[in-house]
Amino acid sequence: MDETQAWQSALNDDTEDRSIRPGPASPVPYMARTRRYYQAQGFDKAYVWAHFDDVPWTPSAKPLARSTLALVTTSALYDRDATDPRHVASGSTATPPSRLYANDLSWDRNATHLDDRGAYFPVEPLAEMVRQGRLGALGKRFHCAPTEYSQRRTREADAPEIHARCQEDGVDIALLVPL
Amino acid sequence: MSLIARHLEANGTATVILGSALDVVEHCGVPRFAFVDFPLGNPCGKPWDRAMQREIAAAAVSLFESASAPRTTLRLPYRWRQDESWRDGYLTVREADRAALRRKGEERRALRRKLREMGRVRRE
Repeated sequence: MDETQAWQSALNDDTEDRSIRPGPASPVPYMARTRRYYQAQGFDKAYVWAHFDDVPWTPSAKPLARSTLALVTTSALYDRDATDPRHVASGSTATPPSRLYANDLSWDRNATHLDDRGAYFPVEPLAEMVRQGRLGALGKRFHCAPTEYSQRRTREADAPEIHARCQEDGVDIALLVPL
Repeated sequence: MSLIARHLEANGTATVILGSALDVVEHCGVPRFAFVDFPLGNPCGKPWDRAMQREIAAAAVSLFESASAPRTTLRLPYRWRQDESWRDGYLTVREADRAALRRKGEERRALRRKLREMGRVRRE
């Protein structure tokens, strides 16, 4: 297959689009878009998205009003360069930084912006729920989860690190907010 | 983030994901997912719309109470705007962009090689 044929093949590879995109207001088919985009960039191997038949389950042990919640974000504490290795980081929920950063991540820069932290990091509404007695408490720290190409690194390094930090903070439940 | 939710859940911490990539999260399989059908970047509500952001956070947290089995997705009823054209903009490949995309890919591969050579990669 020459380059033009490969290109056409990539453009025509919209099976996923057809299956989940019957109308104009259907959810964006991110997997199919991403696959075609990187194929167009000349990457030979398509990204294999994580997929599992089984899903773990832990019932909420306590009522919300007595639960302590950890907030986890994919944004970062500093304006990372695209070449900086990413690591788990944490910040204070009592005095959260006024800005968080995600210039090195993929999000829809055409449609929106990250000028309002509240649009991707819900610490204020959660704190309000605590004040109202709806939620028991916020964990003392929020956590920044690295977005990694390597699923092994996420599973074996970052997820255990975030779990350890959650345990140190005595949280019962976690709200994870990917950009 | 789905992998992290699964790890926490497997180790005794109940989780909710609040996000906008429906296909990616459901393909992975997670316990509880609050889906906001907005452009990637603003899963917690429109910028500066504090009332909407409060409602979305409250709905996401309510999943800890209402979900009774894994793979529960709660689709929140918010619309980004009347004009739905934003859905077509993200990572769309256009014929006219072909050469530029190819160049961008070559730059990325060169950068990755260089970072590996410099040791600027995670070891764990």
